[in-house]
Amino acid sequence: MAATAQPNVKNVWLGGVEPMKASYGKLMMWFFLVSDTFTFSALLVSYGLVRYSYPAYAGKVVDFVSSPTYWPIPEKVFDALPFLHGLHAPLIFVGIMTFILIFSSVTMVLAVEAGHRNDRATVEKYMLWTLLGGATFLGCQAWEWTHFIHGTEGGTVIKEIVDGSWVSKTVFGANLTVNQYGPPAFADFFFFITGFHGTHVFSGVVLNFLVFYRTATGTYERRGHYEMVEKVGLYWHFVDLVWVFVFTFFYLV
Amino acid sequence: MSVVEANLEHDVHAHDEHEHHEELNFWRKYIFSEDHKVIAKQYMITGIFWAIIGAAMSVVFRIQLGFPGADISWLKPFLGKWITETGALDPNFYLALVTMHGTIMVFFVLTAGLSGTFSNFLIPLQVGARDMASGFLNMLSFWFFFASSVLMFVSIFLETGPAAGGWVVYPPLSALPQAHMGSEMGMTLWLLSMAIFIMSSLLGSLNYVTTIINLRTRGMTFTRLPLTIWAFMITAILGIISFPVLLSAALLLIFDRHFGTSFYLSEIYINGEALPNVGGSPILFQHLFWFLGHPEVYIVLLPALGITSEIIATNSRKPIFGYRAMIASLMAIAFLAFIVWAHHMFVTGMNPFLGSIFMFLTLIIAVPSAVKAFNYITTLWRGNIVFTPGMLFSIGLVSLFVSGGLTGIILGNSALDIQLHDTYFVVAHFHIVMGAASAFGFFAGIYHWYPKMFGRMMNNTLGQLHFWLTFAGVYLVFFPMHYIGIAGFPRRYYQFTSFDFGKSFTDLNMFVSIAAIFTFFAQFVFLWNFFYSMFKGKVAPMNPWKSTTLEWTTPVNVGHGNWVGEIPAVYRWPYDYSKPGSDVDFIPQNVPHSQTPESNFPHENAYIAQEKEIEAQNYNDQFQAH
Repeated sequence: MAATAQPNVKNVWLGGVEPMKASYGKLMMWFFLVSDTFTFSALLVSYGLVRYSYPAYAGKVVDFVSSPTYWPIPEKVFDALPFLHGLHAPLIFVGIMTFILIFSSVTMVLAVEAGHRNDRATVEKYMLWTLLGGATFLGCQAWEWTHFIHGTEGGTVIKEIVDGSWVSKTVFGANLTVNQYGPPAFADFFFFITGFHGTHVFSGVVLNFLVFYRTATGTYERRGHYEMVEKVGLYWHFVDLVWVFVFTFFYLV
Repeated sequence: MSVVEANLEHDVHAHDEHEHHEELNFWRKYIFSEDHKVIAKQYMITGIFWAIIGAAMSVVFRIQLGFPGADISWLKPFLGKWITETGALDPNFYLALVTMHGTIMVFFVLTAGLSGTFSNFLIPLQVGARDMASGFLNMLSFWFFFASSVLMFVSIFLETGPAAGGWVVYPPLSALPQAHMGSEMGMTLWLLSMAIFIMSSLLGSLNYVTTIINLRTRGMTFTRLPLTIWAFMITAILGIISFPVLLSAALLLIFDRHFGTSFYLSEIYINGEALPNVGGSPILFQHLFWFLGHPEVYIVLLPALGITSEIIATNSRKPIFGYRAMIASLMAIAFLAFIVWAHHMFVTGMNPFLGSIFMFLTLIIAVPSAVKAFNYITTLWRGNIVFTPGMLFSIGLVSLFVSGGLTGIILGNSALDIQLHDTYFVVAHFHIVMGAASAFGFFAGIYHWYPKMFGRMMNNTLGQLHFWLTFAGVYLVFFPMHYIGIAGFPRRYYQFTSFDFGKSFTDLNMFVSIAAIFTFFAQFVFLWNFFYSMFKGKVAPMNPWKSTTLEWTTPVNVGHGNWVGEIPAVYRWPYDYSKPGSDVDFIPQNVPHSQTPESNFPHENAYIAQEKEIEAQNYNDQFQAH
């Protein structure tokens, strides 16, 4: 806030001035994001550790079948599309989700830019697009989770030892204890990390809505600046960036 | 987020309110206060409350260790069914006591109590700010801490007892409710409490760092910041980076406990029955935990070192030796803190080559630590030392830091650690270097800044008495403990009477226990002094220790907004004590060089030209109202 009104200061580190022309609120957001980076890093490192304690699938990709004894190939797991039952579309749906989320970051940039020009109508417009993008991403994630939980028609036959003898059973879908696509740990981490990220997206959508609401009711116009848009913008881009890593580690490699 | 913004607006007008002297009602003034000084006192009182509980717990289990199976049925009013029929301490509750003692002392006393008190109190006063960047988040930080305290406190009174798997809460012990009664509801509350604690710590740290960056007064460059502020800032950054990793670890553990996942569990038989969990790794938890756990040691220690730097310079009447080296070593320690965590895990079966790398990195910490220790000693060297209680505790801290640090070099060695791991040697080491040293920093800070906090002086004689009793007590407790550790006594054991080798050390254990009880009761000298002086102490002068830093330019009873009228500008570093040529032995930071031509060094005359520029430098929030 003071940042916008600040004249050209010769010595920005001399005290009595905000060094990087960043208000304390923006600085706090940055430091919070540093902190949150470590939250996600810890989760992704844990995922990596458990994943590499399992053998990778050794055979040809076309012959891949799910088994709890080795880590699955992601494109064989995430290959479904809504309304197109039975179609093998590797990573298409999650690709669309990723595109939507990244596109919502673009609209967020446009909203921030409009905020700099104090252009209320444009801020409103692009905040709405960002909201739409965030909500769509969450909707897609809900569908993907549902599909993942329900599983495929055939399921997977899992052999395990019960009371000293081998027992076969067919498992459909995945939850936190059983998993038709691979080791249970795969599902555990999938649910936990995408869920944790989804929670972040959800909070982002709520924050975006609050900012949209206050833009629409003219709070920021009366205040004279749209720094709040910038702050939630930082958060939104961060959530996007995290998704890029989650996407890379869960779906691509 | 919207609240933050609302508060931002409020801040701009904070100064106006100050001018009006608008009286806040009782609730806003003392309970849900946004004033950093009140919040600091809230942290301090809560911290002291926890310290009493934590120390009392140690006395109870020390009785069991020194006098195995002793009849303590006189404690029945407190411990109830945790006293067995023979009057001895219940072994399950013994485990709970050591766990809660660790948790309380590390997190609630020495993290929240120490940082919460002095970062909150000193940052705005020493950088020259009217309050923290966000008073509201600061208040929230305390009340999150309070909520987490309540949960932890409630857990002590559970039917099944509080968490009992050690303060490090390693799974599978902590992950399986059927493993131990403490892993039932007690562990659930522990995790919940810590999750809230982490949020509190984050909110506090964000405020500390942004206040230091953005709200320094005119002329307060980073190289004119008192070393306390440097220490608090680096501590806050450590917290911002390391605590979230504990949050992740705790969340995964909660899922393992309640939702059937296997992040930390694999191939476990319990009561002859195989658990279905496969694929996780308990070692993973240890990595995550110690990624916080090791920086946590410095989160506890660095504020105490900052406080010591300040007090030693003031009471030696000498500039701190190696100001920039002190900052550099703080930074070096903070950086190294993040890459040594696995030295807590040498015996987990890790690759010995990896162990040697962690050993190497660990031993490097001795370098910046030694820089600090030598700088303290060289500051004291030929100083006109004034032995105030604060000064005594600071010197005591240096002593503890050196003697505890030396055993750290022994423990950091991955080969020696095989013998010493999880013995009383470790317990003695970290109690001296981080427990007692940080507690000494806490005491030093309270004795030194009490006049600023309450406008009254603490009793000097009682302060001296408290120091000598505590100093002797701490060494009497922890010095013999090293030998018990070398002899191979593992920590956290209920008793050693079943082992032959344990018998020859019974009297040493008894000695340690008596010393611990003695030290515990010595603290009541402090408590009496603390509370009595609050009401009946001598009224403090404005600058009782003849100190140079900004907090002593405020009125004796500091009001909301800290300074009446303009915030002072700063023209010099905070350590102009006994400056050659000057007829006073200290020159406060707000005295311009143009007023002290007799004592200026040649290069300092150049700063005179800068004074106009400094005075014009009034751009940040707190100057906006002018």
